[in-house]
Amino acid sequence: MARSAFNFWVGVFVLAGFVALLVLALKVGNLGSDGVRDPYRVKAHFSNIGGLKEKAPVRSAGVLVGRVAQIRFDNKRYDAEVTLELDKRFAFPTDTSASILTSGILGENYVGLDGGGEEVMLKEGDEMKLTQSAVVLEQIIGQFLYSKAQEGAPKKAE
Amino acid sequence: MLAVPITAKTWGSLPPMLDTVTHAIAELGRKTIGGVERVGALTRFLGQILFSSGASFRRIGLTIREVYFSGVLSLIIILVSGFFVGMVLGMQGYETLQTYGSEEKLGVLVALSLVRELGPVVSALLFASRAGSAITAEIGLMKATEQLSAMEMMAVDPVSRVVAPRFWGGVISMPLLAAMFSAIGVFGAYIVGVVIIGIDNGAFWSQMQAAVDFRYDIVNGVIKSIIFGIAVSAIAVFEGFAAPPTAEGVSGATTRTVVSASLVILALDLVLTAFMLRGWR
Amino acid sequence: MPAANLVEIVDLSFGYDQRPVLSGINLTIPRGKVVSIMGGSGCGKTTLLRHIGGQLKPTRGHVSVDGHKVHEHDASGLYHMRRRMGMLFQFGALFTDMSVFDNVAFQMREHTDLPETMIADLVLMKLQAVGLRGTARLMPSELSGGMARRVALARAVALDPMLVMYDEPFAGLDPISLSVIGQLIRKLNDALGASSIVVTHDVQESLAIVDYAYFVAEGKIVFHGTPAQIRASSEPFVHQFVHGEIDGPVRFHVGGADYRKDLGFASAHA
Repeated sequence: MARSAFNFWVGVFVLAGFVALLVLALKVGNLGSDGVRDPYRVKAHFSNIGGLKEKAPVRSAGVLVGRVAQIRFDNKRYDAEVTLELDKRFAFPTDTSASILTSGILGENYVGLDGGGEEVMLKEGDEMKLTQSAVVLEQIIGQFLYSKAQEGAPKKAE
Repeated sequence: MLAVPITAKTWGSLPPMLDTVTHAIAELGRKTIGGVERVGALTRFLGQILFSSGASFRRIGLTIREVYFSGVLSLIIILVSGFFVGMVLGMQGYETLQTYGSEEKLGVLVALSLVRELGPVVSALLFASRAGSAITAEIGLMKATEQLSAMEMMAVDPVSRVVAPRFWGGVISMPLLAAMFSAIGVFGAYIVGVVIIGIDNGAFWSQMQAAVDFRYDIVNGVIKSIIFGIAVSAIAVFEGFAAPPTAEGVSGATTRTVVSASLVILALDLVLTAFMLRGWR
Repeated sequence: MPAANLVEIVDLSFGYDQRPVLSGINLTIPRGKVVSIMGGSGCGKTTLLRHIGGQLKPTRGHVSVDGHKVHEHDASGLYHMRRRMGMLFQFGALFTDMSVFDNVAFQMREHTDLPETMIADLVLMKLQAVGLRGTARLMPSELSGGMARRVALARAVALDPMLVMYDEPFAGLDPISLSVIGQLIRKLNDALGASSIVVTHDVQESLAIVDYAYFVAEGKIVFHGTPAQIRASSEPFVHQFVHGEIDGPVRFHVGGADYRKDLGFASAHA
C-alpha cells in the first residue's frame, strides 16, 4: 500500500479517537455546559455531615450549582468543615443557608442552598453561617421510638 | 530436572514422599527465578527501546505505518465488541435497576462501568490478542528468517528500525481504541435503554453527566489505557524479539504474548484502580 | 598503500558455552578475488562469516578487515565497517513487508541522503544487473526462490561494497538458477572491484567460479588451494567431499556407543 494511504487511514483513526474522547468528555462526562465552570470556593461548618462525600452535588432549588470540593474535620470547633465549589454564574447572598439533604429516602447526600435576602453576595473564601446538618436516620428512628415510649408511659400510669 | 539428582544425592536417605516435596519446591524456585529474570530482561529491553526511539519520531512514517497495522486494523473488532458490551450492559443494568425503580440511572451505570473499567480493560485484552500477537509473530518471523540479522549486517539497528516503531504504534493506538470502545458502548446502551426500552432521553444523559466526572473518571480511564498500551506493546515486541528462531519458537512466543499480556493487564488494573479510588497518597 | 589482503583471519577460535566451533583458523582474502569456504553442514562456516561481520566476538585470535581488527571496533565503528560490506543470507532474508524495489533501496534510504529520483535510478540499475528490473513492484512472496536470491544479491551490492559475503548462495536452487547465481557472483565481483567470500557446500558450482578455496572440517582448515589443486588433491577429506562419497574421514554414523551394545548384545559379546 502506498504511504499516502497509510497516512489517510491513520489520520481517520486518530481523528475518530479524539472525537470519541471529546464525546466522552462533553456528552458523557461533566465537561459540557452542565459542569461547574470557573468556580469560586466558599466554606460551611456542619456538626454532622452524614454520608456526604467529596464531589457530591450542590443544588439550589434542585438545580446543580456546584460541587463539594473538600471535607475535613475542624479540630478546634469539633465539627466538619466543608468547602464548596460554586459556579461563577450563580451568586448567593451572604445569609444563604446550606443544609445536607438526601435525594429520596436512601439516595446520595447532597448540599442544598436556600438563598437569603442580603444585598451582599458570597465571594471566594467566605463562610456560610447558616447551616443545617444531615438528618441521620437512626437518630430519627430513635427519637420516634422515644416519643412513642413517652406517649405510652403516662397511659400505663393512669 | 536438574534438581532430581542433586536432591537424591544430598538427601538420599530421606523417605520418597519428602523427596517429591523438595523436588516440587525446587521446581517452584526455578520457575520463580526464571520469571524474575524475564521481567528483568523485559525492563532492560524497554529501556533499550526508549533509548533507540529517535528514528520512530524523526521518521514518523515508520510509526504511522505501525499505527495503521495495530490501530486501524483493530478498529472493527473494538467497535463491534464495544457496541455489544454496551447493549448487554444496557439490558442487564435495566433489569436490575428497574427493581429499585431507578431506570433513569442506567446511563450512569453504563457510562461509569465503561469509562472506568470495561473500556480500558476489555479493549486492552482485545488489543493484546489482535495486535499484540501479530506484532510478536511478525518480529519472531523476521528473526527466524534472518531478516533482523540481515538488517544488522546492513548497519541498521533492528531495535530502532523494527522494534521501536511497533512499540510506539501500539502505545499511540491503545488509548484511542479504548476511547472509541467506551464511546460506542455508551451509544449501544443508549440504543437499548432509550430507543428500545424507552427510558427518558433527557434523564438518561443528564444523570450520566451529573455522575461522570471528567477528571476523576474519564482522565483516569485514559491514563489506564495508556499504561495498558505500554505494557501490551512492550510484552509483544519483547516476546517477538526473544523468540527462538524456529516455527515452534514463534508460535510459543505468540501464545505467551496473549497470556502474559492479559494477566499483566488484569494485575495492573487492580493496582491502578486501587490507587485511583483511594487517591495517590 | 592498503594491505594486499582485505580480510585476514589469524588463529581464530570460538565456542558456544563449552562446545568449540572454530579452533585456530588462519585464512586470508586477497583484494579483488572470490574465495570460497567449503565444508559439511554445521562445520562452523556461517559462524566464521558472523565473525567477519562483527556479529560474534572471538574467544581467541582475531579477524581484521581492511587493516582494522573487527572485535576492537565500538558500535559506531562496527556500523561504519558494515556499510562497506554486503551479505547474502542463506535464504535471501528479504524484508517480507517491503516490495522488491524497497528492499534494494533499503540501505540507500537508511545510509544516504540521496534524492528519491536518484535512488530509483540506482535501484533499477542494480535490478537490471541481476536481470530482474521487471519485478521491482512485486512483493518478495510473489518471487520464486531463485529470483528472491537474485534480488537479495542486488540488495547486498546496493552500496557498492568492498566485501561481499555469501552464506550458502546455492542452497535449494534448481540447476539453472544455480549457475545464474554463480555467474552473477563472479560478474558482480569483477564489475565492483570487490572481494567476495562464498560459504558453501556446493563444490562443483563454486569451484567453477572461485579463485581460491578453503576446506573446513570440525572447526579447522583441512586443505586450501586453487580449484585445479583441489580437483587434483588426493587428501582423503577433500577427495570424499569433492566426489560426494558416503564414507571416508567424515563418518556416515554419528556418535553413539557400540552398535551391538545398544541392541543389548553386550553380554554375548563379552
